[in-house]
Order: sequence, then structure tokens, then C-alpha cells
Amino acid sequence: MRADISPRAKVVLYGVMCVLLIPFVFPTWWMVTSSMKPISDIFAFPPQLVPQSYDWTTYSKVFELQPFVRQYWNSAYIAAVVTVGTMIISSMAGYAFARIRFPYANAIFMIVLLGLLIPSEVTIVPLFQMFLKAGMVNTHWPLILVPIFGAPSVFATFVMRQFFVTLPAELEEAARVDGLGRFKIFTRIALPLAKPALASVAIFTFLHSWNLFLEPIVFLSSAEMFTLPQALTQYTDAYGGPMWNIQLAAATLTALPVLIVFIIAQKQFVEGLAHTGLKG
Amino acid sequence: MAVARENAHPEGRSSSPFWTIARRDSLAGFLFIAPQLIGIIVFVLIPLGLVFWYSLHEWNVLANTFTYTGAQNYRMLMEDESLLDVLGATAIFSAGLVIFNLSLALLLAVLLNQKLAGIAIFRTLFFSPVVVSLVAWTIVWGFLLQKNGGINGMLLTFGIEGPNWLREETTAMISVIVVQVFKNVGLNMILFLAALQGVPKELYEAARIDGAPAFKQFRRITLPLISPTILLTSIITIVGSLQVFAQIAVLTQGGPGLSTTVLVYYLYQQAFQFHFFGYGSTLSILLFAIVAILTFAQWQMRKRIVFYES
Repeated sequence: MRADISPRAKVVLYGVMCVLLIPFVFPTWWMVTSSMKPISDIFAFPPQLVPQSYDWTTYSKVFELQPFVRQYWNSAYIAAVVTVGTMIISSMAGYAFARIRFPYANAIFMIVLLGLLIPSEVTIVPLFQMFLKAGMVNTHWPLILVPIFGAPSVFATFVMRQFFVTLPAELEEAARVDGLGRFKIFTRIALPLAKPALASVAIFTFLHSWNLFLEPIVFLSSAEMFTLPQALTQYTDAYGGPMWNIQLAAATLTALPVLIVFIIAQKQFVEGLAHTGLKG
Repeated sequence: MAVARENAHPEGRSSSPFWTIARRDSLAGFLFIAPQLIGIIVFVLIPLGLVFWYSLHEWNVLANTFTYTGAQNYRMLMEDESLLDVLGATAIFSAGLVIFNLSLALLLAVLLNQKLAGIAIFRTLFFSPVVVSLVAWTIVWGFLLQKNGGINGMLLTFGIEGPNWLREETTAMISVIVVQVFKNVGLNMILFLAALQGVPKELYEAARIDGAPAFKQFRRITLPLISPTILLTSIITIVGSLQVFAQIAVLTQGGPGLSTTVLVYYLYQQAFQFHFFGYGSTLSILLFAIVAILTFAQWQMRKRIVFYES
């Protein structure tokens, strides 16, 4: 805001931010370090901020107790398919709503926006019945089809529409004169310009799919079909209590890759999300 | 809202007189939106119709009976004593979440908007929980909040004996709110930061020349100019808070008692644990009504409290 900050104010600002950072950063640190400690040390007092001895057998138990590689693959491929599918569907719809004149466009746009008002939680009971009738319970189809075509994709379509509205009309007119049809104008001119919007759609679609929890526990019942969030909660002992060290090791394996990708590409991440036409 | 732009030429270039550019554009428009529109009909509108239809029935899954009972489920809704507790927990959870989330997001955005060396690193770190897997984040907080967990361990080194956070009603509610806020506040923080950076600097300079103190500048310049973003983030956050499920399921399972049983969790229990699909559908209609009314009310408030230039 102001250009000149006194040195003393700077120290105060850095201090305040460092204290505020604790609840944002410490849990991740605690997750990673505790997963490496032997079980006897994870509730040790005083708390060991850095492990004093290491026990790597926890990590092999993650893979022994559940088909964890398979579950990892389930989450990864579902998130990938949902992300690519949503990018295709929502960029096409967003483009048409922003740039093509067709009958009832406004009315149809309003119908699509209804999806924002009707989260999947509201329709989970009939969706379960529909997929049950279609023989798709305990398959990954509900976790793929509903996000790509249903309510979760509406937000993506909205973001894409907000982006395409800002494109100058002259670009398309020039392409028209060159004899390009709608589809080619879309794929060759509009889409390449839409990379920032597509990137942010990709990011939040991926995170949404990666974090899904209610849908997997409603639709999936066998361990080899589980996705990661669901699998993490299944590392329990005979009494149903969590096996903390194994849960934390599995949680670390789940969280770290995405976190590392984020830190490498954080500029695109953060700026992409800030510039999605979301500024009201 | 004008959706389509004026870009169809009146004269067709095509050799066939029927396929004018306008007609071809109409066809293209329908084809482009078809997957999304069909998806919304199949996965949103038909299920919404069905959930209303189910809500008028008593549905016994084990006996395989499905009987029309009219408004009986809705009468049950009115007489359900647990539901009052559930709605109370939902209201406390949503209100607490929105207030804590928006004020923290605004505070962080104001801090990150200062010209300091290394500010980008702080931005990255504050944002990082957004990309940590939700259930992983929840599990580690559950671990920290155990009676003998990390938080109480830290407190004890200062001689403070902490409560059993997840097993006492008040602290359980505070815990689920706090865990959720730290997970996602980074999103609102980034939106606020973008809005703050859009406030013209000249306004602050003018205010400083007039001798307005920093707090007054914030209240009179910053807040009105970012009010559209405040409205947008509060709608997103409220609707999002009504969908919070995983954190409750992992941390408290709705307990102790019903103290953290929010509406979505109650709906899940009734429909998928107790197999009351009819009553579960009635609860879904209630959830839908709450989301719709809140969104509509906030949208109306926009006219009164949101400042628009122009």
C-alpha cells in the first residue's frame, strides 16, 4: 500500500507473519516428521520437533495393509480424466455462451448456472440410485461422470465464459474472412489464448477430484477400488482406532507430490487462480 | 445478462441458401453447449426432481418397499428433535467458518500487500495447505488434537493442561472450524490480494494528504472498493461451508453427541448409514432450500452494501 515502511515496522510485520504461519506450515512438518518416528515416539513428551530416531518399516506397512499403489493409481487416473474432460466440456460451453449467438442462449445459461446452487451433496441419494440401476456402483464411473458433466463443472464453464467474453471480436472476424469455421476458430484462435483460464480450471478441477470424499465412500465398497482420501482413513487397528504412524505415512505419500509440484509451479498456481474473472 | 455477442453476419457466404452463417452459428452453439447441458439435465436436474419425488415416499430398502406418503417426511422433519441440534450446529459451524475465514483472509491479504522483501515466499506458504490433500490435512490435525497429541504437548511444556479437543462439545466445534479455515483460507486470501492490488494508489495518497489515519483509510477507501470481492468470497465460503463433510467424518463423526453433526453429515447418516432414503431425500431438499435462500439473500444484499464504481 505505502511505499516506505520504517525498519521497525518491517520487523513487526515479519514477526506477525512468522507467528501466523505456524498453523499453516507446522501441520505438514509434523505429518512428515511423525511418519518417520517409531510408534513409541509419536506421542512422546516433550514433543520431538525433529525425529530422534527413525523407523522406516511404517512406510512398508502402508503398502502391506492395503493395495496402496492401486489406490494411488485410482486417484491419479480419475483426477487426470476428470481434469481433461472438464477442460474440454467447459471450454466449449464457455466459448459458446460468450461468443456464439444462438437461440435461447440466455435461458440455457441460466439453467446451467443452476448447477452452482445444487451441490452434489443435495443429489447424492438419487445419483446413488441412478448409478445402482446402471450397475455402476463400486466402479469409478460416478466419480468421473458427475464431476465432468454435472454440478462441479459449472464453475469451470463460468470461469471460461468470463474469460472468452474479454477476447476482442476483431480476432474472430479476421479468422472468418480467412474462411475458418466455428470449430477451427475455437481450436486455433480462442483456445490458445485461453491458456491462463484453462490452467486455473485444471488446477481447481484436479484438487476437487483429488479431495473427493463423500462420493467415494458412498459409491465404492472394495479396497482395490478405493481412492486415496478414503484409503487413508482405513488404516485402523482391531478396535477401529487409527494406526497413527501408518496413517501419517500414507498421508505424507498422498500430500507431498502435489505439494512439491505446487512449490515448483506456485507462480502459475496462485496467479492463475487470482485472474479467473473471479474478481466480482 | 447478455450471453452472446453480436458476431453473426447477416449475409451467408455458403452456396446453400439455407445454411446461412447465422444458422450455422446456431447449430455450432448448440453443439458446443450440448455436453454441458445434457450433463446438467442428467446429473443435476433429473436428480433434483427425483430427490423431491423420493422425499414424498417412505422407502424401506431392506423390505424393498416404496410407498407414497405425501408430506409425512416433511412432518417428520418438523418433529425431528435431533434436527434442531443439527441446524444449530450447522449455523454455528457456517457462521464461525465464514467470519473467521474472511477476517483472516483479509488480514493476510493486507499483510501480503506490503512491499517487503521475500513476500512471495510468505504468500506461497500461506497458500500451501490449499494443495495439501484434504483428508491428509484433516488426519494430521486429528493427530495434533489428541488428548496426548502435539498441541497439548506444546501447551504442557508451558505448564498448561490442554482439553481433549475433539471430545468436548465447544472445543470440538472450534477444532473443526479452525482446521477447515487454515486449509482453505489461502483461496480467499489470493482473491482479496488481487482486489487490494486493484485499488488505485492515488486514493491513499489523497487521503494521506488530507491527514486520514491508516484505519480510516482502510474503512473508507479499501473496504468499499473491495466490497464486490467480499460479497463473492462470502457467497462461495458459505455455500462451501454447507458442503463440509470429510473433516467432520474424520475428526469427530459428528460428536460428541450431535455437537458437530452438520446437515450434510446428518443427511449422509440418515440415507447411507441408516438407509432412510426417503427421509434423507427430505433433508436434501432442506439443504437445497438453505443454499438457495442464502445465495439469493446475499445477491440481494449486493445492491445495498456493495460499492460499484461507474
